[in-house]
Amino acid sequence: MITFLVRRFLLAIVTVWLISVLSFVIIQLPPGDFVDTYIAQMAASGSQVSAEAAQAMRQLYGLDQPKYVQYGKWIVRVVRGDFGESMEWRRPVTEVIGDRLWLTLALAVSALVITWGLALPIGIYSAVRQYSIGDYVFTLVGFIGIAVPNFLLALTLMYFAFRWFGASIGGLFSAEYTLLPWSWGKLWDLMKHMPVPAVVLALGGTAQLVRIMRANLLDELRRPYVVTARAKGLTERRVILKYPVRAALNPFASNMAYLFPSLVSSSIIISIVLGLPTVGPLLVESLISQDMFLAGTIVLLLGVLTVIGTFISDLVLMWVDPRLRRELD
Amino acid sequence: MRLPFQRRRRDVSAAERYATATQLQLTWWRFRRHRLAMVSLVVLILAYSVALMADFLATTDPHATDARTSYIAPQPIHWFDADGSFRPYVYGLKGVRDIRTFKLIYTLDTSRKVYLQLLAHNYTWSFMGIRSDLHLLGLKDARQGDGIYLLGTDQLGRDLWSRLMVATRVSLFIGLVGVSISLFLGVVLGGTSAIYGGWVDLLIQRMIEVVRSMPTIPLWLGLSAALPSSWSVTQIYFSITIIISMLSWTDLARVVRGKFLSLKEDDFVLAAELAGASQGRIIFRHMLPSFASHIIAAVTLALPAMIISETSLSFLGLGLRPPAISWGVLLQDSQNIQTLVLAPWLLSAAVPVILVILAFNFLGDGLRDAADPYG
Repeated sequence: MITFLVRRFLLAIVTVWLISVLSFVIIQLPPGDFVDTYIAQMAASGSQVSAEAAQAMRQLYGLDQPKYVQYGKWIVRVVRGDFGESMEWRRPVTEVIGDRLWLTLALAVSALVITWGLALPIGIYSAVRQYSIGDYVFTLVGFIGIAVPNFLLALTLMYFAFRWFGASIGGLFSAEYTLLPWSWGKLWDLMKHMPVPAVVLALGGTAQLVRIMRANLLDELRRPYVVTARAKGLTERRVILKYPVRAALNPFASNMAYLFPSLVSSSIIISIVLGLPTVGPLLVESLISQDMFLAGTIVLLLGVLTVIGTFISDLVLMWVDPRLRRELD
Repeated sequence: MRLPFQRRRRDVSAAERYATATQLQLTWWRFRRHRLAMVSLVVLILAYSVALMADFLATTDPHATDARTSYIAPQPIHWFDADGSFRPYVYGLKGVRDIRTFKLIYTLDTSRKVYLQLLAHNYTWSFMGIRSDLHLLGLKDARQGDGIYLLGTDQLGRDLWSRLMVATRVSLFIGLVGVSISLFLGVVLGGTSAIYGGWVDLLIQRMIEVVRSMPTIPLWLGLSAALPSSWSVTQIYFSITIIISMLSWTDLARVVRGKFLSLKEDDFVLAAELAGASQGRIIFRHMLPSFASHIIAAVTLALPAMIISETSLSFLGLGLRPPAISWGVLLQDSQNIQTLVLAPWLLSAAVPVILVILAFNFLGDGLRDAADPYG
């Protein structure tokens, strides 16, 4: 168990390192360096940067040194919390990102909770009542969840909400709260806006998990031990919940570990369609305008948070499923 | 002439036929029973035929813009003429000046019929070495401004139907190319992992875990945004394909490794080893045929993910860029809700996306069930 934790932890560190390298690559990819961009920006707004000043800046950021030294300098500054400055906004990157990162996380975690909360009971129901009307309805909804990319789902929802109610279902806050600082009222407002985007985000993953759960449980229900349990006179509820459901959970659990990264990923696209104030729209804007420090930082932070989230969900799963613990010893 | 020990075909009993059938036949019989998968197969064959004949099926040049024909609603085909005879026609278009903006806008003119013609000549296209100006549908004696807009037009007055045809080609083939790359990576890395074991296996397995625990969309976005804007459409196309497949080979690698490992222990592999077969022969002659069907099923299930990736990237404006046309590029126009409410037909590209993804999923399910016909 301890070895597993250590292994997971080391793996998480390697992943974070790889993500940091990729983020650095993304920052470095556009032609010319950051100072060139800066000079161009200054020139566009009418002021000049002298050659000496440019040289000084290059030295400050270590741009005249080899790439790995530059990476080292960058990562040291990042660890200290200095992510550089956004070209577009002319403010430190951390300030531009602000609450958006936490809202992204809140959205992904809500979707995760919804996925877990829905997939398990629906999966059990569909397997136990195989070929019932309920099973068919859930299967149909499930196929829609799998086949409709969630940005399309969000788009269709927006369209019908606009068509029928003349209202936008986008955003995470009501207009009056958008600019206010955090308060209980604002939090409540957020809670009221969260369900629609969270459900849209959760549907695809839920559908897949329901299918896995249903298939696993159906396999288990055919086993002789279920017949034995029934023959011994256990209540139907106990027969199903006590043994086959637990046995069917295993592949279900291992699939869930990768759910969080995919939820974070999809939240980006959904946020753009639904106009949510998460890092999604900011990331796409910054990539289109080649605001590389901002873009690189968002990729890095999202990556790191995802790794932490996956690590935590691993821990939760181990706590829930004793077999996972035993298997690892 | 028939030899005496040969029997006529109809004498052979069902059980006998089952016993003597090849694996491929068994797989096919099993697959045929999966009705949804059969329907999906037909849908996909149709979709890929559309992709191959896209230019022929298009009615108007998909790149031709005309500000006056912007946002024309879909024009339904009327199959029967007033006297009940089969003569398909569409209503012509007439230019009306908007009284407030003084803009000339084309609207349907229900008083004038324009008859359709099979195999008409229109703009010239060339695809895979074929150059022609032949199209499936055209108009008979069309006037200036007349056109067939089966699915309406977009803001720039481009015909959505024709664009959809060409987009189908781009989006379906980007999926195929992408899956081939991931398949290659998956088979090589998964196979290596299973055959060599030890630290190689450990390294590749950790690599897969690392890739799987990264949020992929931000990375795709970052990498594809960094592609130089000066690149040609083809260069962007292939780079996007490579970016998408770089991060999605992991599932295939896991399938390949799992199958390899379970087969390695099987009796027939041991038998081949004892008979002195070389490792290459064992892998390609004995093991590969027995899990090829599983891989085909895995590939079929991986294809829709590829298509969704491309569509999402292009939808955000970071995948294929205009003038390239793909499903994602078409859907990009419907990002604005106000426009979408005025011109809901802009969303029509969603229909083939959903159909094809569903079909691939059902087909994959059917193939997976049929992959092991002895089970």
